Amino acid sequence: MIRFENIGLRYGSGPEALRDINLTLEPGSFHFLTGASGAGKSSLLRLMYLGLRPSRGVISVFGHDVAALKRADFPVLRRQIGVVFQNFRLLDHLSALDNVALPLRMAGVGEAEIREHVVELLHWVGLGDALDAKPPTLSGGQQQRVAIARSVIARPRLLLADEPTGNVDDSIGMRLLYLFEELHKLGTTVVIATHNEGLIARFVHPRLHLERGTLSVIAAGTPIAPLPMPTAMVLPAGLATSQSLTGSWLT
Amino acid sequence: MIGQRLDLPLAEDSTGRFLVWIMAVMIYLAIVALAGSMVLAGMAGRWESGLTGRLTVQIAPMPDESVPPLAQRTEVTLALLRSTHGITRAEQVAAAATHKLLEPWLGNALLDDLPLPALIDVEVGSGAGFDAAALAERLAGAVPGARLDNHAAWLADLRILAHTAQLVALAVVVLVGGAAVASVVFAVRTGLAIHSPVVELLHIMGATDAYVARQFQTHIAGLALRGGAVGLGLAAITLLALRLAAGDTPVGLMPDMTLGLREWLALITVPLVATALAVLTARWTVLRVLTRMP
Ligand SMILES: Nc1ncnc2c1ncn2[C@@H]1O[C@H](COP(=O)(O)OP(=O)(O)OP(=O)(O)O)[C@@H](O)[C@H]1O
Ligand SMILES: [Mg+2]
Repeated sequence: MIRFENIGLRYGSGPEALRDINLTLEPGSFHFLTGASGAGKSSLLRLMYLGLRPSRGVISVFGHDVAALKRADFPVLRRQIGVVFQNFRLLDHLSALDNVALPLRMAGVGEAEIREHVVELLHWVGLGDALDAKPPTLSGGQQQRVAIARSVIARPRLLLADEPTGNVDDSIGMRLLYLFEELHKLGTTVVIATHNEGLIARFVHPRLHLERGTLSVIAAGTPIAPLPMPTAMVLPAGLATSQSLTGSWLT
Repeated sequence: MIGQRLDLPLAEDSTGRFLVWIMAVMIYLAIVALAGSMVLAGMAGRWESGLTGRLTVQIAPMPDESVPPLAQRTEVTLALLRSTHGITRAEQVAAAATHKLLEPWLGNALLDDLPLPALIDVEVGSGAGFDAAALAERLAGAVPGARLDNHAAWLADLRILAHTAQLVALAVVVLVGGAAVASVVFAVRTGLAIHSPVVELLHIMGATDAYVARQFQTHIAGLALRGGAVGLGLAAITLLALRLAAGDTPVGLMPDMTLGLREWLALITVPLVATALAVLTARWTVLRVLTRMP
């Protein structure tokens, strides 16, 4: 499904955000992607959804060497990949319904069919009464669910989700994970970047773990090492004084 | 509603309003220029069809005693003309009609004292083997002071005028079209730059360049049609006003400003052609810009 060989990625002239990544995702596999903030999770996903070219190494997606593809070949591959972006990337001028409908429109599905499926899915993720709402009027968690609905509506072959449950409570998080799980059972290959240890523990899948740009694979069911207690926390001096820098509070 | 909105929020751009007015002005100019050339062409055509197949013989009054009087020379000329092969009709233009023709220029008082030439209106049958040059020679030999005028020089001038007007109109249309194309290119490039994050998102979701181009095509078509309607409306008002103004001046002095149904239909296609041009330009611009993207 996806193969990374000696992938390195650097933004501009900065340090390598990803280093020597070797990775094979088998068709129908399900992986969590973990790592500290800034470890490179979003960058790795960006390479997978062909939103970025690596600085070095070979990526192959669905059996095609990406470097050898022509511009006109990309849309067909990309339409088989569903993406939940970390910052959602919804279209603010479109209703929730039109946002979710986008992948189907691109695939040329008929309007009546589009409406039926989109309305059904939006109800399923708990947004039945926000069909015509514009994203800026929705809460973070609602926007996230619109983004998730958009990523799965076209039944993608590969689903990449970047922190898809970061803004919702655990019960909705469970429901959304269940959605991914069901798609996985139908054959979709899934990669989910998350910090949510509860979900990782609940759904038993192998983990791709990034540590400052390098990747290791951790077998399913391995317990997550508890975080070490922070030692000798000292606040920045500006915050530690008894008075605000801008003066005292009004009382 | 589903399907009513573009994926790109182009409708909110200020370039849109600007483009409507640009298109309105361009289409207005193009229509007025075209209408002007049509009026001139129609005028030339009418004069030409009215004048070809017609000749005028002019017999000058001559104070010289040795020459027979004007009336007699006119009789001789008429007889000669009527016996000429190919001529179907030859009639003297009544003195009153000549008088009336010249009156606006010369005034009544002057005209009464002026010796006027005799005019003979001649019609030549079509297809008959009529030889104007031979007739002119014979007339000059037979009747002193007689001159055959076949209007050729006058018609040639008129044709040159009409053609020049058409060239000018064409130049205006080409220039205006070029400016309109440039504005569309500018608006589309601006739109692509403003909305590059959305365009990138659409690409990541699997949109083809043609899909993105269609967004712009639909948007530009709407703007161009709106501008076209405004331009056409303003042009129609201008043309009708010109015609009303011309209606009050004495007949014969002003050219006939009426446009036929065919001409009006041709003018109405101007906004449609302009819209088609704008849409093609938008498509071409988007595809060109996008294929140069990584
Ligand atoms: N567009 C960019 N330009 C330059 N540097 C970038 C860009 N995107 C990410 N980086 C850098 O790449 C590194 C990895 O970033 P990335 O967003 O992949 O981390 P992450 O694991 O997704 O973090 P988080 O959990 O906070 O989302 C960071 O050091 C970041 O500064
Ligand atoms: Mg991230």
